[in-house]
Amino acid sequence: MDQLSQLSSNLLLIAFFLYLAATIFFAVSVTGKKFKNKAGEEKNIAGLLGYSSSIIALLFALGYFVTRWIVAGHAPVSNLFEYTTFLGIMMSLAFVILYPIYKTNVLGLFTMPIVMLIIAYASMFPREVSPLIPALQSIWLKIHVITTALGQGILAIGFAGGLIYLLRVIDFKKNDKQVKAIEFVMYSMISIVGYILISSIFSGLNYEAPFAYVDEKGMEAEVVYHLPPLVGPNEAVPLTDEQMTPFFNVHPNIKSADLNTVIWSLFTGLVLYYLVRLITKRKIGELLQPLLKGVSPQAADEISYRAIAIGFPIFTLGGLIFAMIWAQIAWTRFWAWDPKEVWALITFLFYAAYLHLRLSRGWHGEKSAWLCVIGFAIIMFNLIFVNLVIAGLHSYA
Amino acid sequence: MEKAKCECGHVNPYGTVICESCGKPFFEEEKALLNMRYEGVARRSQTYNKTMIDKVWNFFSSVKVGIWLIVVTLLASSIGTIFPQEMYIPPTANPTFFYEAEYGAIGKIYYLLGFHDLYNSWWYMLLIAALGVSLIICSLDRVVPLHRALKTQRVTRHESFLQRQRVHGVSNVDDSDETIEQAQQILKEKKYNLFEENGNIVAEKGRFSRWGPYVNHIGLIIFLIGCMLRFFPGMYVDENIWVREGETVVISGTDGEFFLRNDQFIVDFYDDTDERFQDALVRAGSPIVRKYQTSATLFQRIDDGVVGREPELVEVARHDIRVNDPFKFEGYALYQYAFKQNEISEMSFELEENETGERFGRIDVSTYDPETIYDLGNGYKVEVIEYFPDFYFDDDRTPASQSRIPNNPAFIFKIFTPEIEEGEISFVGIQTNQDINGENTHRLRFVDIEMNHVTNLVVRKDYTLGILMVGGVIFMVGLVQGMYWTHRRIWLQKVNDEIWVSAHTNKNWYGLKKDIEAVVSKTELTMPIDSVEEEEKKS
Ligand code: HEM
Repeated sequence: MDQLSQLSSNLLLIAFFLYLAATIFFAVSVTGKKFKNKAGEEKNIAGLLGYSSSIIALLFALGYFVTRWIVAGHAPVSNLFEYTTFLGIMMSLAFVILYPIYKTNVLGLFTMPIVMLIIAYASMFPREVSPLIPALQSIWLKIHVITTALGQGILAIGFAGGLIYLLRVIDFKKNDKQVKAIEFVMYSMISIVGYILISSIFSGLNYEAPFAYVDEKGMEAEVVYHLPPLVGPNEAVPLTDEQMTPFFNVHPNIKSADLNTVIWSLFTGLVLYYLVRLITKRKIGELLQPLLKGVSPQAADEISYRAIAIGFPIFTLGGLIFAMIWAQIAWTRFWAWDPKEVWALITFLFYAAYLHLRLSRGWHGEKSAWLCVIGFAIIMFNLIFVNLVIAGLHSYA
Repeated sequence: MEKAKCECGHVNPYGTVICESCGKPFFEEEKALLNMRYEGVARRSQTYNKTMIDKVWNFFSSVKVGIWLIVVTLLASSIGTIFPQEMYIPPTANPTFFYEAEYGAIGKIYYLLGFHDLYNSWWYMLLIAALGVSLIICSLDRVVPLHRALKTQRVTRHESFLQRQRVHGVSNVDDSDETIEQAQQILKEKKYNLFEENGNIVAEKGRFSRWGPYVNHIGLIIFLIGCMLRFFPGMYVDENIWVREGETVVISGTDGEFFLRNDQFIVDFYDDTDERFQDALVRAGSPIVRKYQTSATLFQRIDDGVVGREPELVEVARHDIRVNDPFKFEGYALYQYAFKQNEISEMSFELEENETGERFGRIDVSTYDPETIYDLGNGYKVEVIEYFPDFYFDDDRTPASQSRIPNNPAFIFKIFTPEIEEGEISFVGIQTNQDINGENTHRLRFVDIEMNHVTNLVVRKDYTLGILMVGGVIFMVGLVQGMYWTHRRIWLQKVNDEIWVSAHTNKNWYGLKKDIEAVVSKTELTMPIDSVEEEEKKS
């Protein structure tokens, strides 16, 4: 059993590096014009290698999924690590399905790093196999979660397409609202890198800062920080001598350790972001834009729309219909206005609005691409924020 | 209202933009692309605007309004997740104070604005209702004329119709009949339906996908109707029963027809020696439940159900009710919902003489239904004068019971002995044994306690589920129909000595062009121009 569980982790690790390989191949295929001139058809081969790597990566990732299923005895989609990882895998599956239709290497260049980012982010959560409470022991739950993740993965390709569109067409010399907004999107993604980086550094150092504090019920409690405390819990008392004192303490209703992590991530992201800008003297979007020279905006627009057209019904089926069936069986009511449910409904309404705007009000191109970005932000918000902060029925924590 | 007669002879309804038959645009302003939405048909909303009904109709048939309704619903829904809704705050908390105490001034405002029960508020319901009305009107406004237009369309189209399609091209070929014949063959292989008229053809595929949006809107409407029916009595039962182990109770909501016996209730925890889950169990710090289960027997009453008479019951079925595995019978479903472990079911006492410690017998008192007199023989007797299953002191500092549930049982006993025939009164509860007059010679010493498990089941009957299911299925069918298929048309028309190729699709131009490429690659036809792409290349 232990061996199998080790195997499972290794498969995921290998998959991760294969996604990295795919990214590199796609990068070469997009930038490698020079190679092509010398060696004729080289360019196509890099794209093909990228696609092959992504398929093999997907197979390894599915290997992780199956072995972990065997170890746990239930589908590994029952805690935040498992679900988030699975979302990344589903996004790569969506890519593997969509790539042959359009054969755009740029899509790979953008999708693969996002997949890696999601999986790396997932691995920051506790990775142990958790037992299922009775409400979660249902075949409908598995069907619901797997379908939802697939739907969200496909919608995420819509986001990648939208991003490609925007980076392709935005004029970075203008420094207008759009430029600022796209730089903010870039910064948000870099902050996730920042989060992974800073958490790994301090966990490598085995950093711990325990506090005694008074929780929201007025009870004495303890909490351990894994990053240096910038903000402390309510009425914090440090439990060791050498740890740093927080600048201030927060209201007991706020999970201070999580807030502290968020602040560290945003801060690290900011440092990384400005470091890149300082070194290259360019905006991040400006750096990426040359990669997209060969892309037809209209094609990017169409790919992102297509992804959403395909993803929307699957998301609706998994995130609303199967969810209702499961809720009816497990919680005796198909709809309970739990925050997670409400946010699934919001996602559904948002994409419905997107489709209507596109169809009837002619929102193509830029507007449509921005909607894809916002849609993905809503999905991520539901995954991260609603899970961690607004606790409800579905809360994994 | 005058009809628009086209030069091809077709009489179109007033308000038509593109002739339903030959496709001649009625407004020749510029050479811009034709707006092919709804085939340029006349829609009621664009045509009439006189009466009140017209105005209401026009309001709700506007997609702009529809989108606003969707967006407002979306925003309103999100507000409801800022703080927990009323149903999720602790059951003992009073919402009037809870929100302010917990979240300060913002919480108070949240409560005052009624956001704590947002999804049941009149304005939220109204929003949903408006969405429903908009769905119905908007769909009717479009589907009828669209259906007519697609049915009456002719193969031969007006030249300017062809010219003003997004994909359009002119080819010079040697033998136009031959080329068209070849093209037909290829398109047939690609599963197009072919229609011919005077040697011109239109190849059409996936027309049914145009009905997708309307089908999904119908599904949505049925779903919303199903949700509304819930408010009608008789459609929906939502009750709650507590059943003790070994006890048989009437199932609420079944009009006294069904009874349930709780044969056994078990709670099962994950084994903390299970290697797989060890890390997680350590993190959780407390045992994690693996299973709640009520083994139950269902009975049906077969007598006439006269009040007061002991019911005559026959066993109907047995089931182990678990979370995710309800007990279903006759349209009802019983769900495992909650439980209470270790409820006191029986307390045992021994009668003891204070001075000598000598004992005169034991009584076992049921906390559910204590007897009035317990006779120990030899003149020793205990009378239960008063019983408080859930004891507390009320406002007047007198003993009272909060409920009928034995959470904190307490008794006032009168003890009779051969010496004291008028009896001595004592007050006995958990960890208390008071001598009311202070001069008792005997007392009841607490010796034993029996516990029982109580299960909490939710009783549901929901006739709306079927309707919701039908609505959901229709919605999904429509969604898939409209999103996974596209309506493609390719016109091949002989104009002078050329062949004009024009094409239209409601989405996925990429796929459409691939189909045309397949034709072009094997015939003399040249690839028509996608004017959108062309525009892009220029800029
Ligand atoms: C939450 C509610 C709604 C959902 C889920 C929904 C769903 C859809 C979907 C999936 C499509 C097809 C889109 C496409 O093919 O790209 C569609 C089309 C459409 N919807 Fe809705 N809809 C909703 C509400 C409304 C409302 C309120 C209106 C009216 C104002 C409306 C009017 C339309 C129209 C006019 C079309 C285009 C039909 C056509 O092209 O023939 N929808 N809807």
